[in-house]
Amino acid sequence: MAQEYRVLLEYADKINPASAADYINVGGYKGLEKARGMERKALIEEVKKSGLRGRGGAGFNAGMKWSFVPQDAPVKYVVCNLDEGEPGTYKDRIICQKNAQALLEGMAICGAAIGSSQGYIYCRGEYPFVVDLLRRAIESAKAEGALGDFDIEVRMGAGAYVCGEETALIESIEGHRGEPRFKPPFPGVEGLWGVPTVVNNVETFACLPYILTRGAEWFAGIGAPKYPGTKIVTLTGDVVNTTWFEVPTDMTLREVIFELGGGVKNGKKFKAVQVGGTSGAFIPEANLDCPIDFDSMGNIGAALGSGAVLVLDETRDIVDVVTRISKFFEHESCGKCNPCREGTFRCREIMERINNGNGSEKDIENLQVLSKVMQKAALCGLGQAAPIPIDSTIKHFKHEYLRKLVVTSGKGGH
Amino acid sequence: MISLTIDGKEVQVPKGTMLLEACRIAGSDIPTLCYDPDLKLAGSCRMCVVEAKGRRNLLATCVTPAENGMEIYTESSDVIEARKIILELLLSRHKLECHTCESDGDCKLQDYCYRYGVTDSRFDGEGPHFTKPDPNPFIMRDYDKCIMCTRCVRACDEITGALAINIKDRGHHAKISTAFDGDLADSTCVFCGQCIMVCPVGALTSKVSAGKGKPYQTEKVITTCTYCGTGCTLALNVKDDKVVGVTSVRDREKSPVNNGALCVKGRFGWDFINSDERLTTPLIRENGELRPASWDEALDYTASKLQAIKGQHGADSIAMFTSARVTNEENYLAQKFTRAVLGTNNVDHCARL
Repeated sequence: MAQEYRVLLEYADKINPASAADYINVGGYKGLEKARGMERKALIEEVKKSGLRGRGGAGFNAGMKWSFVPQDAPVKYVVCNLDEGEPGTYKDRIICQKNAQALLEGMAICGAAIGSSQGYIYCRGEYPFVVDLLRRAIESAKAEGALGDFDIEVRMGAGAYVCGEETALIESIEGHRGEPRFKPPFPGVEGLWGVPTVVNNVETFACLPYILTRGAEWFAGIGAPKYPGTKIVTLTGDVVNTTWFEVPTDMTLREVIFELGGGVKNGKKFKAVQVGGTSGAFIPEANLDCPIDFDSMGNIGAALGSGAVLVLDETRDIVDVVTRISKFFEHESCGKCNPCREGTFRCREIMERINNGNGSEKDIENLQVLSKVMQKAALCGLGQAAPIPIDSTIKHFKHEYLRKLVVTSGKGGH
Repeated sequence: MISLTIDGKEVQVPKGTMLLEACRIAGSDIPTLCYDPDLKLAGSCRMCVVEAKGRRNLLATCVTPAENGMEIYTESSDVIEARKIILELLLSRHKLECHTCESDGDCKLQDYCYRYGVTDSRFDGEGPHFTKPDPNPFIMRDYDKCIMCTRCVRACDEITGALAINIKDRGHHAKISTAFDGDLADSTCVFCGQCIMVCPVGALTSKVSAGKGKPYQTEKVITTCTYCGTGCTLALNVKDDKVVGVTSVRDREKSPVNNGALCVKGRFGWDFINSDERLTTPLIRENGELRPASWDEALDYTASKLQAIKGQHGADSIAMFTSARVTNEENYLAQKFTRAVLGTNNVDHCARL
């Protein structure tokens, strides 16, 4: 029987997340203490050695990202991405609500590694209660003297999905329209207000205290060797246990859905699962024995992403679901680059046409070529990933599309 | 120096050189829409994408620095496919009125559709719906032709500093707008028309020149603006021996003072040239009526009057008032004449008002 492995959420509901004293009582801020006693380079090496990779979706080695920051820059920033805009994802909220101090400590550890004394948490506009909680947590940590000279400010987004993209997030903190920047320069070299900035996800930061206290080897030994550690997954849709779990990264999708998740609701059969949020691929039953780690998911044409797990039962209409998703991306495209601005709009149009029974095989062909160009030529991850649900469902569930087409020359139709 | 291969040709460029420049050096012509050498980079139109060996995604050459050992293909099948799809996506939101468009023949969208054989768009859903009338006398804004390259927004900010326009809304519904989507006249717009200068399509054109000649029908006569002493270079657009418009000269060598930028007067204030009411000779008022006179007569008349006033009331009863429209040299001469010849220090200038 697959089991949870709680690290970040070990003391969930047992401590007050806003209280630094509570956190210190269960061993908190020891990691920061250790980090501050280390040479910057050695600290970055330690994080590299742990194999910690970004938990926001891109899966970039955290220590490697830090190592790109020029050490001699006079001002540097640590930015936490708490935009958490992927539908079905709420793991960052859970981390804050159960263990906010670990996030603060993680940011301070990053500050020690890159030589920064200022952190920003960019919190999505839909989480005003998390903003309150974090501000209380920061106050408490300061009152305990736990953060030392590292200061953290919470900034609030205004609801744009694209602001989860790190450079659009930076633009938003600066007070500009939330649009991604081209890279390079990467934020590590030229980020917030033009200075070197590390942007990491909440979960990435929250892993750091445990890596420091228990050692890089310990962390590297958990789960999948190439994407070690635990991952918090959030289950939604037609699954019995619609809740969150912290699991080792070598757990398979089948274990997550059928063992921890309790299987498909109401005794129905499984049809598909979308992992990683709305831009994730739809995965058919045949691929359920794939471990959830970043690379294994990549091998089946999917992505772990944020760790959202949306289960669809046999009665769900895939084309209808994907049509709704295409509407989401049309709404959330910032409009900066051509492939995404116009591509998401046309994807939605064509999906609606097919969903309404007015589509043709030509429409499916057009979706595929548009999808390819968006993935290859869009400016940021939003536009590149937006067509993946369409692409993956045409690949795995083409019969559902064909079923909805206008009957022409004997092809398609019921 | 960095060494890379572009379409099979090895080139060497200094570190920091963008791929776009490297491709130009290699002789590979890269199409661009949002790129403008005088503006900050946007990297948003994605027309300039190329394929790099070993990279999953295509690279936008205008914002990607060349790297050592890169192997670049500028017209691979994936690149051509991407450019065609981008053009089709733009066409599907573009009012195809080339036959009556002021920019016909001077339009990058037209050029690239021709180059890639894009006759029509496969995305045949909702058409353009962005136009909103703007009742100003100078700038025609037709956003049903806009391709969202944002060159106008950047020019307004970076060249003129007026910050009159920016992007409103998101996704496909994003459009260029003044604050609260009002009229240009109610915004901080100074009607310099730098937006027209940088617009690569027919979305922004001159209302004053509308219908008077397409870009390829007019001869461009490079001259200096006569409105003030700045000395901006501009091109008079001449058709059938008549001036029908003014356009920018963006060649920095030919336009060293203003690099193509003009003000509302220089760009739009040329229609007096063919006016019936234009003064073509000096006039002398006699018995309340103006009559034509020669320059010699007019100058003699003025000199004698000035002498008479000076003799009767003294030099300080005369003042010289000059203009910003004339050059520094001419203003210098005017004050010198006033002090040395007329004998008074009463010299002033319209810029002090």
